[in-house]
Amino acid sequence: MAKPKIATAALTSCFGCHMSVLDIDERILELIEIIDFDKSPINDIKKFTGQCAIGLIEGGCGNEENVHVLQEFRKHCDILIALGDCAIMGDIPAMRNNIPLKECLDEAYLNGPSVHNPEKIIPNDKEIPLCLDRVYPCSEIVKIDYSLPGCPPNAEIIWQALVAILNNKPLDLPYEIIKYD
Amino acid sequence: MSNEINFVIDGVEVTGKPGQTILEACDEAGIYIPRLCRHPELTPRGSCRLCTVLVNGRPQAACTQPITEGMIVESETEELNENRRNIIDMLFVEGNHFCMFCERSGNCELQALGYRFGILAPKYDYFYPKREIDATHPDIFIDRNRCILCGRCVEASRTVDGKGVFEFVGRGPERKIAINAEQFLKDTNLKITDKAADVCPVGAIIKKRTAFTTPIGKRKYDKKPIGSDIEEKRKKD
Repeated sequence: MAKPKIATAALTSCFGCHMSVLDIDERILELIEIIDFDKSPINDIKKFTGQCAIGLIEGGCGNEENVHVLQEFRKHCDILIALGDCAIMGDIPAMRNNIPLKECLDEAYLNGPSVHNPEKIIPNDKEIPLCLDRVYPCSEIVKIDYSLPGCPPNAEIIWQALVAILNNKPLDLPYEIIKYD
Repeated sequence: MSNEINFVIDGVEVTGKPGQTILEACDEAGIYIPRLCRHPELTPRGSCRLCTVLVNGRPQAACTQPITEGMIVESETEELNENRRNIIDMLFVEGNHFCMFCERSGNCELQALGYRFGILAPKYDYFYPKREIDATHPDIFIDRNRCILCGRCVEASRTVDGKGVFEFVGRGPERKIAINAEQFLKDTNLKITDKAADVCPVGAIIKKRTAFTTPIGKRKYDKKPIGSDIEEKRKKD
């Protein structure tokens, strides 16, 4: 029987949660005994090769491409996990959520103290994904099956959750590994 | 009049003293009832409703309800804990609780309750309200993004410090903590030694230059759930 596949993606985030996945250290060797990585920045596979058992989503949705990727993941993954606080609640990028988008762009590209932009151009190339009005938690875009909090989630919660889900067991996570920071 | 009052909570017989509330008697007996707005040195307000228990079948705030002889109290029921979880969830989504950079993280009572209830993510959508920060005071700042309107600072400033630096204004979603000055916290007579600067359960009122002094792993709620100090009393007996 073919091994179940795991796909991962980083949306509006810092990649810290992916670093935390690698933080399971040598257990990653155990992990690839029982699963294959599909589309993921870890192996640089760009496209889904088929249906995946688990999708790990790092980051919230701050632009239209994030939404597209997230919807693709929902389509291709049986179980979708919001990995880390950005995916769950937007986290640091969501600090812009109660500031109008125009004010954010003006500050970043026109008014910021270190900005050098004599032509006063706010990037608007059609190749650049369009910024959304705010950063959306993943659960507001698609159905999320599990959430693993933390900034980043520690390797232990990632490992224990993956092992439980892959073995069809309920998540029974010990107190010390559930952290919101 | 007898100096003992006997009642039952979740099938356990507890003996308390006249004038005690359910919460006080249970704390002494080593039975933890989750609470948030309650501070042991302040007059209970009964505002957060986390400590709601059933007294002879009727919901009551355990922090304000006095004990009476023979009362039957239920606390650890599935329904009450579901309600508590919902209150915690709502408090998280109604404010802007960015634990990852909050000075109170690890020592925060709201966060600790989230941990105790094993909450991985709130079940409601986030509000992202726009709230005000005032860092004008030389020693203390108030960040209303994290405020849960428990009223501890209001009570402490009024009754312990005798000042009335903080007060509630507004209603419903507009409700917030106002300060007793034309504009800024620096214009009040709030001092760093005041009780009001000391009682915030979350990171809304923080003393400057005190943050991140305890390493991760050694903070108050890193290893042990909130309430375990109370529960340990019972184990020892």
